[in-house]
Order: sequence, then C-alpha cells, then structure tokens
Amino acid sequence: MSDAAPASQSAPQPEPQYATVEQQAEAASFGMWVFLATEVLFFGGMLLAYTWLRANHPDGVAEAGRHTTVVIGSVNTLVLLTSSFTMAWAVHAAEHGRQKALTRLLSATALLGLLFLGLKGYEYHGEWTEHLVPGLNFHQDGPHARTIELFYFLYFLLTGLHGIHVTIGIVLIALLAVRARRGAFSARYYTPVEVTGLYWHFVDIVWIFLYPLIYLVGRSGP
Amino acid sequence: MTTRTTGLPRSYLFTWAALVGLLAATMALAYVPMPGPLNLVLALGISAVKALLVLALFMKLFRAPALTRAAAAAGLFWLAVLFALSATDYLTRKVEPAGDLSAPTGREYQQGDR
Repeated sequence: MSDAAPASQSAPQPEPQYATVEQQAEAASFGMWVFLATEVLFFGGMLLAYTWLRANHPDGVAEAGRHTTVVIGSVNTLVLLTSSFTMAWAVHAAEHGRQKALTRLLSATALLGLLFLGLKGYEYHGEWTEHLVPGLNFHQDGPHARTIELFYFLYFLLTGLHGIHVTIGIVLIALLAVRARRGAFSARYYTPVEVTGLYWHFVDIVWIFLYPLIYLVGRSGP
Repeated sequence: MTTRTTGLPRSYLFTWAALVGLLAATMALAYVPMPGPLNLVLALGISAVKALLVLALFMKLFRAPALTRAAAAAGLFWLAVLFALSATDYLTRKVEPAGDLSAPTGREYQQGDR
C-alpha cells in the first residue's frame, strides 16, 4: 500500500479479487441488476393480486380508481420521470469528471424525490379524510364497497412499498451528493453513482406501471 | 452518444421529452371511452414503451454486457412464471374462496349483517 501511495491517489486500484477496475465496476453493476430482478418479484406478487381483483371485479375497481387523486398522481409521475432524467445526467457528469455538475444534479434528484414524497403524503392525508384507509379508517357505501376496500388495501401496500424505496433512494443519493462535493468521484471511479442510478431508475419504472393501474383505471367510465 | 464534455447529452433530453409526451398521451387516452379492454391495453402499452426508454437509454441496458442483460431478462422471466402458473389456478377455479365481494360493508354494516 505505502510504496504505491502516489499512484493509487490518481488511479484507483481494483480490490484483490478483480483483475481491473473496469471488471470491478462491471461486477458491481451486475450485482445491482440481480438485486433489481428480485425486486421485480417483490412488487410482482402484489401486482398479481391487483390483476386478480381487477379481472374478477372490474366495476368495483373502476369505481375505486375514480376515488384516487389523478392530478397528484400525474404530477408525481412527471416529478419522478424528471428525477430519472437528472439522475442519468448526473451519471453522465460523473463519467466526464465534472464534480460540480455531479453534486448539483444529485442534489436536484434528491430534492425531486422529496417533492414526490411530500405530494404523496398530502394525498394520503386526503384519503384519510375521505375514509379510504382499510383497517384504520374505512367507510364506503354502495354495492362495490368491499372491492374498493381491497383496492385501497393494495393501493397502500404498493404505494407504501414504493415510497419506502423512494425514501431509501433519497438517502443514498443525498449521501452521494455529499461525497461528490468532497471530490470522492472522478472519471475513473464513479461506480456508486452509476449503481445508485440503476436503483433510482428502477423505482421510476415501478411507478410508470403503478400510475395507470391506480390513477387511470375507470376514468373513461361514468 | 454526443461526447461534448460540457452540458447534457441530447439523447437524454429527447428521452425525457418523449417520456413526458407519453405521460400526457396516456392521461388523455384514459378519458376516452373505448370498447372492451382497449383502455387498459393502451395504458399498459404506453407504460411498456416508457419503461423501455428508461431501460435502454437511462440505464444503458442495450449497451450493457450480456451477463447484465441476462439478469434483467431473468427478472421479467420469473415475473411471467409467477403470473402464468398462478393463472393455471385462478383461471380454472369455479369457487372463489375470497367470497362475495358485492356484499355491502363499512365496519358497521359488516357487524350488522353477520
């Protein structure tokens, strides 16, 4: 270590199990993709439950969908899509060793994530006052009341789990922003930025599918 | 990709514009009454295109090593297995154990009825 100190300052050395820095970065990226594949199934079980509910009780699900706040859902989709854009841009900045831009873009991504959570919290508050929270505060009349209850049960599971993912992402990205500010990354070493970016884009993709399933169902109906 | 070292790559800007355009399209189409499951098919189709844009350009999947692409495909493959094998049960069932969901509820109704 000590004899190669000046060289390791400028050019990062791979960990002993890797031949090159490139191979090490590739392994990290592969690991994240394997994790994301398991995440697909994490959300997949609940999407299967949603599919069952919608296939068997289409009218009730349509009525439940009309209870959701489509404006907040759409604005939140725009927020997440934009945050994915700033994250991809951040990885590009890291690739080219642009420290200042990297710090700013990571901060912007984290702030957009916070905006998403804030809007989601406001929406949850609205659902509480409208008695749409199964188990705690649910009261609906009409022939589809129980289907609406099941829909909102899945709604809170899916958006809650997604919200936890967003929260974890915000924390990771904020930590990266601090490290970037301190100059921890360079054009030769930015693997944490790239891998966290993959995670953030995945969270965005989950929302891309949740958006029509939750907010757009039943909109063409009465 | 454009390799200007300053500013943002144009492909990312176009991707973002396309994503926002597709979001507007899916929202508008949801309010148009269509026969059968066409609304759902269109909504999920647009979502798939959006997801593909994010995967291909933001996550650089199509330029990734084969091993990485295999990991991504494995996620979709097992999701398909989950849905397909579950369908062999649910599509062939005559009795739904979840019972009759059309009964009225709200906590106080449930206790009054049964």
